[in-house]
Amino acid sequence: MASESNITTESYLPEGMPLPAPMPDGLDAPFWEGTRAHTLLVQRCNACGTFQFGPEWICHKCRSSDVGWAQCSGRGKVYAFERVWHPVHKALRDKGPYLITLVELPDAGNVRMVGNLLGDPQQDVKIGDDVEVVWEDHQDVTLVQWRRPGQ
Amino acid sequence: MTDYSIKDKVAIVGIGETRYYKAGQAPVSEFQLALEAIQKAVADAGLRIEDVDGFASYSDDRNDPTRLAGALGIPQIQFSNMHWGGGGGGMAGAVGNAAAAVVAGYAKHVVAFRALAQGQFGRFGQGHAGARVRGAAAYTAPYGLMSPAQMFAMRTQRFMHEHKISQEALCGISLASYKHAQENPRAVMYGRPFTRESYYNARWIVEPFRLFDCCQENDGAAAVVLTRADRARDLRHKPVYLMAAAQGTGYRQWVPAHNDPDYATSNFKTLAPRLYDMAGIGPKDVDVAQVYENFTGGVLMSLVEHGLCDADEAEAFCTNGNLEWPNGKLPLNTSGGNLAEAYMHGLELVLEGVRQLRGDSTCQVKDARVCLVAAGPMVSPVSNLLLRN
Ligand SMILES: [Zn+2]
Repeated sequence: MASESNITTESYLPEGMPLPAPMPDGLDAPFWEGTRAHTLLVQRCNACGTFQFGPEWICHKCRSSDVGWAQCSGRGKVYAFERVWHPVHKALRDKGPYLITLVELPDAGNVRMVGNLLGDPQQDVKIGDDVEVVWEDHQDVTLVQWRRPGQ
Repeated sequence: MTDYSIKDKVAIVGIGETRYYKAGQAPVSEFQLALEAIQKAVADAGLRIEDVDGFASYSDDRNDPTRLAGALGIPQIQFSNMHWGGGGGGMAGAVGNAAAAVVAGYAKHVVAFRALAQGQFGRFGQGHAGARVRGAAAYTAPYGLMSPAQMFAMRTQRFMHEHKISQEALCGISLASYKHAQENPRAVMYGRPFTRESYYNARWIVEPFRLFDCCQENDGAAAVVLTRADRARDLRHKPVYLMAAAQGTGYRQWVPAHNDPDYATSNFKTLAPRLYDMAGIGPKDVDVAQVYENFTGGVLMSLVEHGLCDADEAEAFCTNGNLEWPNGKLPLNTSGGNLAEAYMHGLELVLEGVRQLRGDSTCQVKDARVCLVAAGPMVSPVSNLLLRN
C-alpha cells in the first residue's frame, strides 16, 4: 500500500489549515502513527471482531477493553460527498470550491472516514463511486486523502 | 400509553420576546435581552415576577438563573436546569424539563428561555482558529469540514440520494418560511418578498445548500412560562397544554467522523413514536408544524421521521405550496421560523406554536388544535413537543 504512487507532499487545501494532533490520552495515537507510516489502521475488537472508528477505550458491541488495530486495504466507496463553496476558515478564503467525501471502508466493517476527493473540484461525483487512499504528508503528520483508483 | 407522563398536566401560559435583530445589532446586552423577554412572558401570563420560581434553558445559555433571579428580585428559585447539547437540539427539551419540574412539584411557575447576542459573544459557524485539532475534529477539520452547514450538508446529500429527492424539496421548505415571514412584522425578513427565483439565484454555501437553506443569525431573546394545568385556567390567556414532550438520541448518533450507523437522519426516529404515544395521537392529528430549520435538509428529514410524509413522497409533499399557509396541506413554520423570523435557537417556534393555538398567529391556521414543535434536527440530543389548546 505504501507505493510511491499514492503518496504526495502537495496539499489539496492551502497551507494554514488546522492539522491533526493525537489526543493527550493516547487513544488515537496508533491511528496517526499509522498514517505517518502510510498504513490505514482501524480499531478492531480482539474479543468479538467488531470494527469501530473513531477509536474508543472499549468495544461498543461487547464492551471488551481488549481492542486492537487492524490494517485495511485503503479501498473504499463514496458514501456521501459535498462541494464547499463558502469556506469558513481563513486559509480557504477566495480559494474556490473544494470536495469533501465521506468514504465507507467495506473491508473494515463499513466504518467511514472523511477526506478530500482529489482532482478537479468541479468533477461529477456519485455516491457509490470507488476511491482509494492517498497519503498527504505534512511536516510531522500525514492526512488521509482519497482519489479515483489509478488516477 | 403510560400513566407516568406529563400529558395535559402542564400548560404554557405566557410568551414573551424582544425585538429580533440581525446578528450583532442589538443595542443592549444579551443579559438585558433575557430580562426583557422573561418579564414580557410573565406579564403576558398575568403573573408577577415574584411568582417565578424556576428556570430552564439549553445550548449553554450564558444567562444563568442565579444572576437572573438576583437581577429580577425573585424571592426563591426551586428549579434550575440546563439541557445538554449545542445548537437548538434542546429547545423543546428545555420546555419539557420545565414541564417535568412543574409536574414533580419542584416548582410552580417555570420559565424556559433563550437569549442570544452574537455581537457581544462572537458568531456561530466559524472555523477552528487553532493550528492543531484533536479528537473528533482531527478527522474532519483538516479537510475543511468545520461549519454546521458543512456537517449537515453531507447527511442531507445522503438522504436525498437514498430517496431520490431533488433541490425542489429544499426550495419548498425555504419558500414556506420566507413567505410566512411576509405576514409577520416581528420577522427580521419581513418586507423581503421571496420567490422560487430568489432561492435559485442565491449562491451555493455547500451543495446541496444554497444561501436560503441556511438559518439566519440573530440577536434577541424569547421566553415561555409554564405552570400546572389547574392553575393555568385562571390566568390571562387560553392555556396551551403540553400533550407530550420527548428528548434524546438514537443508537450511536454522532460518534466521531460521521460514523453514526443510521446516518441520513434527523435523529427523530426514536423520539417521534414516543412523542405520539405519550400524546395518544398520530401524525394525521397534527394541524400545523413548527420544525427547527438549522438547514432545510433537516426539516425534510424531520417531517418524514414524524410521519407527516413518506420519505419517497417527500418531494411532492414539500413542493406545490403544500407547506404554505393558508391553502397548504400542512402549514410549516408559520412565523417564518429560524430562516426568516429570527434564529432564537428555535424557541421562537414554541412561541409561534402557542400563538397558533391561541388563535393569534399572523398566519393563523383555521381551527388549529394540535401543533408539533421539533427541535434541532440532525444533532444529538434532539427534542420535540406536541401542544394543544
Ligand atoms: Zn467487541
